[in-house]
Amino acid sequence: MAIAADIPRIRVRDCVVGFGDRVVLDHVSIDVMAGEILGLVGGSGSGKSVLMRTIIGLIPKRSGTIEIMGQNQDTLSDEDRQITQRRFGVLFQHGALFSSLTVLQNVQFPMREFLRLPEHLLAEIAATKLAMVGLSRKDADKFPSELSGGMTKRVALARALALDPELVFLDEPTSGLDPISAGEFDALIRTLQQTLGLTVFMVTHDLNSLHMVCDRIAVLAQGKIAADGPISEMMLSEHPWVKSYFRGPRGQLISQRLQHASV
Amino acid sequence: MNHTATARLGVELGAGSVQLSATGDWSARNALALDAAVRNAVEVAPRGLPVSLDLSGVDEIDTFGAWHLANLAKALAAQGSVASVTGLAPRFAGLLTLVGQASEGDAMPPPARWTPLGALEKIGRNTADAWASLALLVNMLGAIGDAAGRTLRHPSTFRLTSAIHHIDRVGLQAVPIILLITFLIGCIIAQQGFFHFRKFGADDYVVDMVGILVLREIGVLIVAIMVAGRSGSSYTAELGSMKMREEIDALRTMGFDPIQVLVLPRVLALVIALPILTFLGSMSALYGGELVAWLYGGMSPDIFVARLKDAISITHFKVGMIKAPFMALVIGVVACTEGLRVGGSAESLGLRTTASVVTAIFLVIVLDGLFAIFFASIGM
Ligand SMILES: Nc1ncnc2c1ncn2[C@@H]1O[C@H](COP(=O)(O)OP(=O)(O)OP(=O)(O)O)[C@@H](O)[C@H]1O
Ligand SMILES: [Mg+2]
Repeated sequence: MAIAADIPRIRVRDCVVGFGDRVVLDHVSIDVMAGEILGLVGGSGSGKSVLMRTIIGLIPKRSGTIEIMGQNQDTLSDEDRQITQRRFGVLFQHGALFSSLTVLQNVQFPMREFLRLPEHLLAEIAATKLAMVGLSRKDADKFPSELSGGMTKRVALARALALDPELVFLDEPTSGLDPISAGEFDALIRTLQQTLGLTVFMVTHDLNSLHMVCDRIAVLAQGKIAADGPISEMMLSEHPWVKSYFRGPRGQLISQRLQHASV
Repeated sequence: MNHTATARLGVELGAGSVQLSATGDWSARNALALDAAVRNAVEVAPRGLPVSLDLSGVDEIDTFGAWHLANLAKALAAQGSVASVTGLAPRFAGLLTLVGQASEGDAMPPPARWTPLGALEKIGRNTADAWASLALLVNMLGAIGDAAGRTLRHPSTFRLTSAIHHIDRVGLQAVPIILLITFLIGCIIAQQGFFHFRKFGADDYVVDMVGILVLREIGVLIVAIMVAGRSGSSYTAELGSMKMREEIDALRTMGFDPIQVLVLPRVLALVIALPILTFLGSMSALYGGELVAWLYGGMSPDIFVARLKDAISITHFKVGMIKAPFMALVIGVVACTEGLRVGGSAESLGLRTTASVVTAIFLVIVLDGLFAIFFASIGM
């Protein structure tokens, strides 16, 4: 809240994470500034989800520092860490919805815990959040096991946004969505970022999202940040992986199409 | 933003129009105050008059605040008042439109309340469920029989490795705890026997009691209950979580029959392991009885064994052992049926695991009663 705009919302320095004798993240450093939408890309198994989970504090790191909203996560007391955690929302790659709660209850869950609101307000606001991510009211009473993959993603997003967080972590939010919904999703993120000043850390493979909403893109390869900059820089990069990612057949196609559209 | 920021909605009644002015922090932490303010404004504002809503004093809006504004507009429109909005900062416009669209639609239905009729309905549903559960058990028994028949015709399809793995888990690994518990039960029965029988000088009959009780009833019953709690629950949880993660559907689409691949080896392992455990458990209980007879009752082991030879016959032993595989079948069928009934939620996994243990123990005891009647009538 009362932190200067020029302090990065997320600041990762020399972070090392491994499992057994396999090092997944090897001295990774990355910053995410306030109000910025950062897209993290990388091959399957390159450690994107691991990086996200490490920043959130779910995976222990071997060395390095992680600061969120200017606070070093290692030196925080448990209580302060909880307060920080309330200020960010997380969308997990596989949704991680509470299986024994309905869709509506899943979205209400964080609100019920942290805001004292009467029942009718909780229901109405949660339903509105569901509508914002494109779900109808008749889906509100379904259980997670009765949802399609794309619906699961939407509910997870609605839950991540339930408390209007300042910082959201999204792990592949548009995978499993049809292109129209993915486009709506991009627009939603943009709107929220513009009105609420949302900061977004987004893992994605969606070239459209990367072009349309990400202010900056970071590429994770071989355990390091291989490239970091706006999409225009990525298109020019000579790093072999970055080159084949953005200027491979699919990358070419999309960037051409977007250029035509904007002309 | 600071934590003391409040949100207000001022109401001014002019001649022929109403002035509403929103100020402060319209965000989640003021949601409750906003709710009251919006209701108040809607109540106070006279019907049908034009309303102008001034938002220039608003510092912050999040989706909660935007929802309240949308709600206010809706309520005013419902009263027939024409509302015009002024002073909206451009950066909030997008959110307001978004939330305005999203909050359209019917009101959420109120949550269900307790009613006497609802309670009756619940009783009815539970009764119907109980019958359905019984039907499922019988269905599973049939399916296992069918799978067993197919396996007999094509022995190569039998999952030997899996069966042996499960025999190890439910049999071998259960031996220590079974030995310990049955040993203690044997000790307790003997001690109680000596304590009470001694009053009328019937010490010797303690051996008869321990021998017959352990071999016919207690040995197999205790072991079956232990196995239902230990292995039945783990079968249910395993199959249930496979069901939750669609692993069972995956098996089916690859052309495997889950009953043949998952259930048959598990049930068979129980049917093999339970008689062995019963035998070991009974011996352990007799040993416990003998030890107590010696240390507490002052009866030497030689005398105990000699009396035991007189008191029991192979029939008693047979009665206990014959029951064991049937109890194993009941436990296995119940555990696997409940496992495959698990739905999509973690809660249903817990529910079914509980149901599995409770039902299995209940049915084991009922079965024991039926066997008692049966053996009595054939004179065993
Ligand atoms: N809990 C864990 N234990 C051991 N290894 C793990 C664990 N979690 C992840 N890994 C390994 O770390 C590597 C990175 O995994 P991660 O989930 O971050 O990939 P990713 O970049 O998110 O890939 P994708 O795009 O497919 O989601 C993988 O090789 C994975 O096997
Ligand atoms: Mg991942």
